[in-house]
Amino acid sequence: MKNLLYQKQWNWKVSGIALGIAFLLAVVCVKPIGVSTQFVIFDGVIWDLFSPGLVVDDAEASTGYSSTNPYLNKSGGKYAKSVAKPLNYSFVFALAMVAGGFLASRLQTTRLGKKELAAPKVWRNKFGDSSVKRYIVVFVGGVLALFGSRLAGGCTSGHMMSGMMQTSISGYLFAMGAFACAVPTAIIMYKRGE
Amino acid sequence: MELLFAILIGTAFGFILQKAGAANPQRIIDMLRLKDFHLMKAIFLGIGSSSLLLFALLALGWVDSSHVSVKTAYSGVILGGAIMGIGWAVSGFCPGTGLVAAGARRKDALFFTLGGLAGALLFTLIYGSIKSSALFEKIGEGKITLAETGIESYTALLPSVPGVAVAGGIGIVFILIAWKLPKGSPSE
Repeated sequence: MKNLLYQKQWNWKVSGIALGIAFLLAVVCVKPIGVSTQFVIFDGVIWDLFSPGLVVDDAEASTGYSSTNPYLNKSGGKYAKSVAKPLNYSFVFALAMVAGGFLASRLQTTRLGKKELAAPKVWRNKFGDSSVKRYIVVFVGGVLALFGSRLAGGCTSGHMMSGMMQTSISGYLFAMGAFACAVPTAIIMYKRGE
Repeated sequence: MELLFAILIGTAFGFILQKAGAANPQRIIDMLRLKDFHLMKAIFLGIGSSSLLLFALLALGWVDSSHVSVKTAYSGVILGGAIMGIGWAVSGFCPGTGLVAAGARRKDALFFTLGGLAGALLFTLIYGSIKSSALFEKIGEGKITLAETGIESYTALLPSVPGVAVAGGIGIVFILIAWKLPKGSPSE
């Protein structure tokens, strides 16, 4: 047990069972895990600071909130409500994930070097040690990943894991689209070698 | 109570993703270029076992069925998945694992998260002009599952077979795939 806390990496069986338990526990206790919506909520909270009229109380909306932005106003102001009240389950869940990553890395006995924390080996072998180049490309990767996830209505956790766990067609479709593009992209960009 | 669950399960989930190697871009890229199947095996085992158990618990009535939440299928799901896939392969992060890796003090994950906030904002701004397009037309009944959930608002493609048999069957196939997939040749 102690080993599991300090190990750098679990084997696939422990990893898989732990992932399964987390996804199951989330549904049993509250609802399926999903992350990408919270990027929108965070944006909304910041945006609302600069233009306070973005999200308003609205007794006629089914959630009690509405927004001038059509996306935040969608489904009776569902996202508008989360922006107005960010201390909700899903938003706190996403913040807690950051803490979980921090905790796991702190407990780990082997520490990663500075170079590794900026770019993985596969990147450095192919594109060299410049961190700036890596940061720019990763930023663009982030734009694509979240834009795509919001268009799809979920990401790897919401669609692929939670979705396929519930045998939902949207989950299989998302996984198909994602792998059909991700595998060729990775092979072309990083090649098959080291 | 919900917030307590959010903190506990959220922290545990972040911890698990980090320990499973899912927040390590090297492992993601190696999986996607078909070199290292450690994560693929873990994901198949995770989905297979949780699906089997979820439908067993639903059949026993031990899970509140209002907790089940099936997303709508529309063509934008496939296109969005494809765009997400490119960002995933290029960076080695997906939205959740990017957050976890940033917590684990990866600097590149911080830039991924910033890019993610920009991408989410971009979508929030253009949604109004694309929301009536064919991208969001639902496929069939929209909220469709293979296995019968017993919930009225969802349509099952195999309604006459008990949900636990369908999901259990798929779950067992997933677990078998997890066992049979070769490990590949991980670079670490």
